[in-house]
Amino acid sequence: MSMQTGYASSTSELQSYAPAATDAGVAAPAPRREIARSRPVTAPRDARTEPGPVRFIIIALAIAFLSIFVVLPLVVVFASAFSKGISAYIAALAEPEALAAIRLTLLIAAISVTLNLVFGVIAAWAISKFDFTGKTFLITLIDLPFSVSPVISGLVFVLLFGAQGYFGPWLQAHNVHILFAVPGIALATIFVTFPFVARALIPLMQEQGTQEEEAAISLGASGLQTFFRVTLPNIKWGLLYGVLLCNARAMGEFGAVSVVSGHIRGETNTMPLLVEILYNEYQFVASFAIASLLAMLALITLIVKTILERRLDEGQLPNGD
Amino acid sequence: MAIEVKNIVKKFGSFAALDNVDLKVADGELLALLGPSGSGKTTLLRIIAGLDWPDSGEVSIDGENALARGASERQVGFVFQHYALFRHMTVFENVAFGLRVQPRAVRKDEATIRARVKELLDLVQLDWLANRYPSQLSGGQRQRIALARALAIEPRILLLDEPFGALDAKVRKELRQWLRSLHNEIHVTSIFVTHDQEEALEVANRVVVMDKGRIEQIGTPGDVYDNPATAFVHGFIGESIVLPVDVSGGSVRLDGRLLNIAPDAPLSGAAKLFVRRHDMAIGPAGSGALEGAVRHVRSFGPIQRAEVALSGGEGRTVIEIDAPRDRELQAGEIVSLQPRRYRIFAGS
Repeated sequence: MSMQTGYASSTSELQSYAPAATDAGVAAPAPRREIARSRPVTAPRDARTEPGPVRFIIIALAIAFLSIFVVLPLVVVFASAFSKGISAYIAALAEPEALAAIRLTLLIAAISVTLNLVFGVIAAWAISKFDFTGKTFLITLIDLPFSVSPVISGLVFVLLFGAQGYFGPWLQAHNVHILFAVPGIALATIFVTFPFVARALIPLMQEQGTQEEEAAISLGASGLQTFFRVTLPNIKWGLLYGVLLCNARAMGEFGAVSVVSGHIRGETNTMPLLVEILYNEYQFVASFAIASLLAMLALITLIVKTILERRLDEGQLPNGD
Repeated sequence: MAIEVKNIVKKFGSFAALDNVDLKVADGELLALLGPSGSGKTTLLRIIAGLDWPDSGEVSIDGENALARGASERQVGFVFQHYALFRHMTVFENVAFGLRVQPRAVRKDEATIRARVKELLDLVQLDWLANRYPSQLSGGQRQRIALARALAIEPRILLLDEPFGALDAKVRKELRQWLRSLHNEIHVTSIFVTHDQEEALEVANRVVVMDKGRIEQIGTPGDVYDNPATAFVHGFIGESIVLPVDVSGGSVRLDGRLLNIAPDAPLSGAAKLFVRRHDMAIGPAGSGALEGAVRHVRSFGPIQRAEVALSGGEGRTVIEIDAPRDRELQAGEIVSLQPRRYRIFAGS
């Protein structure tokens, strides 16, 4: 639950990716409050602010909403996980089934993040540095996984690789297992998480333009030298940002993975899938113990994301005027 | 190194950015490409650098075909309008970049590179900024670093794209003179692009005036100013008074009235009379080719600038004239005007 909230908000931020705006939103109230304090009582009211009670009500509403929908579930997750004490919590995580799920989740995340890192950089590079026909189409394609329901994404792979699917008979004849095995889960996860890296990089690379690359080339650098010495350092914080969100989603993905996994215990259950299974079997402590790990991942992601956004703001100032 | 450009054509879609351009640049020259935006000057510069490719034509640098080599192999120093400094590197590393990316076989050792960078930073008088990042520099400092970076690779030619375009007026003036003296010092063949005529006339040995993808005139600053080859050049460089005239049988008429001047070229039909503001002599009424009423006078320094409404026609033609301050003009006064030097170009 908390994971869902976590990545939904990151997604919307990604699309209108503007660290400057976020920063302004955070920084603005501070000086405003100072003005209010130093102002003589008789002075006319600052037009940019609202009367005290109105401000209070708005802020209180926002905090109340967040508490009920974000903080409360988080508290419930940890409370339930530890309801039978720490030893029960640790025991739940030490179950072979739980360990297998954790291992599988880490493996899937490693595969999909690595591949999406490479593909994402290539796609962002192509879109931001070159002009070609079909560019708009490519940008739309990149966004597709965001707009398709994850269940459908999973189903696509069932239709392709399932026993009755297009490649099913051939795969069976050659004894290749994609569905209900690691490759299927990896494919579904890659599909669902593809946009994160590309989306984080495109606006950044478009804003930076091609001048620094041109400068590097005119100074005698080869294509590879230009990429590793100029392009990559310029996008590193944006890249980390994309990888972070990609990783969070890869570990937390439920819908698409659920369709292709087959739910084989100890083999093809990822952490989110195991949470559901355990919950349905009334093993609340075990279920919430795994869920608490995912919640912690979400919290860590959130913290690192904030740090990265600050780095993006400070470190990559535009070069020109 | 000499540069030769032959029959260059470059189209962006149906728009001809360069339309059959020929240009020869002599060794050690400091050449300005001058023209309004969209005239193709930057495209020409980028083609010489190898950052753009022509649709047809030839480019040779020092007698060898430059189009056979990519930008990274041409050993051309390029300075960008917006500097394009590497924002994640210090000033020192920016300047060292070209030396560090050389193939291992010819790459200098670290001590040589350091010495060379130091030398270049001294040359642009910014050695004290070595450890700063580009975002901590002023525009003028960035541009000088960009120049030092381009010089690090010992370029055969130096190309500057609107080098002072993004700077404020005062810094611009200083950098102009500085570039001029730097060129005298290092003497590398240089081409710079500008839309600022003053910059071109003040800095360059020769000026190439471009418009709509074509070269209108090539000449010394004195040439293009005093003997403009086309109506465009006359209008673009210096302040001109332009009057629509009719030419027939060796006489020139404005709004039907005969002007006692002769066309300087055999032409007839609709034409344009070009006179520099300071080449219009003001005399007492009835003594010159044109007559008009002074509407407004502003005096500064050695000149007075008079706004004169020409009489005849619809009386709506108002021209500005620069006259010496030997006799102060009064608003409302009727004066006669006589072009001392003028050019007539065909066309309406």
